[in-house]
Amino acid sequence: MADLPLDNKLLQEYAHGFVTPVEEELVPPGLNEDIVSTISRKKGEPAWLLEFRLKALRAWQRKSEPHWAAVDYPPIDYQSIRYYAAPRRLSAGEGVDPEVLRTFERLGIPLHEQQRLQGVAIDAVFDSVSVATTHQKILEEHGIIFCSFSEAVRRVPELVRQYLGSVVPPGDNFFAALNSAVFSDGSFCYVPPGVRCPLELSTYFRINAAGIGQFERTLVIADRDSYVSYLEGCTAPIRDENQLHAAVVELVALEGATIKYSTVQNWYPGDEQGRGGIYNFVTKRGECRGARSRISWTQVEVGAAITWKYPSCVLRGDDSVGEFYSVAFTNKHMQADTGTKMIHIGRRTRSTIVSKGISAGESRNTYRSLVKFLPGADHARNHSQCDSLLVGNQCTANTFPVIESENPTAIIEHEATTSRISEEQLFYLQSRGLDPEAARSLIVNGFCREVFQQLPMEFAVEAVKLLEIKLEGSIG
Amino acid sequence: MNIAPLLEIEQLHAGVAGKEILRGLDLQIYPGEVHALMGPNGSGKSTLSNVLMGHPAYEVTHGTIRFLGRNLLELPPEERARAGLFLAFQYPVAIPGVTVARLMKAAVEAVRGREQARAAALLHEMRETARWLEMEDSFLNRAINDGFSGGEKKRMEIFQMLLLRPRLIVLDETDSGLDIDALRIVARGVHRALGPDTGVLLITHYERILNHIPPHKVHILLDGHIVKSGGPELVAEIERRGYDWIRESAAATS
Repeated sequence: MADLPLDNKLLQEYAHGFVTPVEEELVPPGLNEDIVSTISRKKGEPAWLLEFRLKALRAWQRKSEPHWAAVDYPPIDYQSIRYYAAPRRLSAGEGVDPEVLRTFERLGIPLHEQQRLQGVAIDAVFDSVSVATTHQKILEEHGIIFCSFSEAVRRVPELVRQYLGSVVPPGDNFFAALNSAVFSDGSFCYVPPGVRCPLELSTYFRINAAGIGQFERTLVIADRDSYVSYLEGCTAPIRDENQLHAAVVELVALEGATIKYSTVQNWYPGDEQGRGGIYNFVTKRGECRGARSRISWTQVEVGAAITWKYPSCVLRGDDSVGEFYSVAFTNKHMQADTGTKMIHIGRRTRSTIVSKGISAGESRNTYRSLVKFLPGADHARNHSQCDSLLVGNQCTANTFPVIESENPTAIIEHEATTSRISEEQLFYLQSRGLDPEAARSLIVNGFCREVFQQLPMEFAVEAVKLLEIKLEGSIG
Repeated sequence: MNIAPLLEIEQLHAGVAGKEILRGLDLQIYPGEVHALMGPNGSGKSTLSNVLMGHPAYEVTHGTIRFLGRNLLELPPEERARAGLFLAFQYPVAIPGVTVARLMKAAVEAVRGREQARAAALLHEMRETARWLEMEDSFLNRAINDGFSGGEKKRMEIFQMLLLRPRLIVLDETDSGLDIDALRIVARGVHRALGPDTGVLLITHYERILNHIPPHKVHILLDGHIVKSGGPELVAEIERRGYDWIRESAAATS
């Protein structure tokens, strides 16, 4: 192949890598009962919630870090991390620091009521706390509760208590247990029966302080025959050290309800040599608890040094539907081990998996999935499509699909492909006037099309742009 | 009046994977002319089309190609396209997930300029062109060449050619594998693209397409260079006698 012109955008900075100068209130590094109690006390939590945290802490202390994923990293010293950081003015009840508002504006997320985004209600989380939630009024008119997790604990403690940990129990896995012990804030959403949420709900996570971890908790409950579409975005400053992000997202869909949950994850991925970047160890799980309910995960993972994430669906209700649409892009020294679990329990449950992995640079991109049919899952079916695209020749793509069926009536289809952007495709597009970069970007976008189509419009546009930036100069 | 040629090829030597295929090819095409390049398999026809468009696997070892007065060999393929060169591929590749409309928006923007690629007007132009080539509107939303039949692929090439409005059109065996209706549509497209400023290089080994697109000049390519040039009458002679007599007479004169 002819040499491609050396790309001068190769050194394009991570656009969200700035640090906000803001005075933060921090807890001392380390993790023990005192720290957990301090966090709970700072947030003025009820006793049952402290109990939940302590139970999780004890479960975490008994567990060891899992190492089955295809990711390598030096040992994490959990005692050197700070588990809570909040802008001081906010904790002191003096309102949101203007610097924090400016941060979100710079990220394209205006929080002032007059400039807020049309059609999207946003909960903005800065380090450990939620700083603002927009469009409250319209949502309240529909009886929808959308607020920070801390506020939900105060406003609707009975709902939180009923559902928290009901999908991801406190001791579910090492990282979920860690989160359950120290989670500081996050978003909460409840959509009442029969209500179709008129806005896209969105949470934007921003890590700012150095040496802290971010442990947010999201809980979305869609009551009978309701509908909600939820978006999540994430960024962090450029730093030389690695930072830990261990979130838990729980979704509950009751009878006839639909939850669409979309993520565009753009955590700082580290530099050319693989220094720094976010370690993203996330547990996301949804339960289709009622008949005919539906949960659809869409994720576009383009950042983080390490991604360990398997958004899953427990299909308990008869005729319930689970979906997983994923684009995972890795470049430089990034490592992603991501996929899904579809657990078929109810009769005639259906699941669809569409995974698109793109590996460039010296990155490692692993798809891992479990599709399981329990004995009661009569006439359940799964369709999996799992494609890998290699850009350059120093990257790795792996696929580990596992299928377990305890029901002979289950129907399972699995398709997988691995390909490269071919010289013929590039030449064909160049012969139509496209430069190699535009050609490559078009091919990759085409490869991801089925997934991008699942995203809400504005997010799809963002995702396409983001992938273009990430692809620039990624050819080996 | 002295009109400058569109394309001037002089003593072109080129090959692929270290093997020389074109050995001293000369050719000139002037605006408004249709040239047919005929030759048996392996004579170098496809090598010429690939070299003209700038396929990275092909290497030019000697000679020059000037297109509209510019040194074509200095330009990457996309610059050649923007300068007004179009190649209708013999085997167009599929690009899954990329719709025809999406590609053409990017291509028209690159070749004709942003002004010419405004969404509403361009969409209208695409629909009109598709209908003219007897293609369904839904064609615009299909992924490029993905699952296309042979005839659809060739019509797709003609569709692109019409939208990009090139100065020189190279048709690389566009007629092979086409039924008579598809061939008629392809020919109709070429006639629409033809004008006093446009030239066509029709690469083929059948005379059939030449009945639909009559050439001004016919060249016979053998062993990497043009051994005989003439008018349309040469086509009938090839049809009647094959290539061997030319090979023999070429051998006798060299």
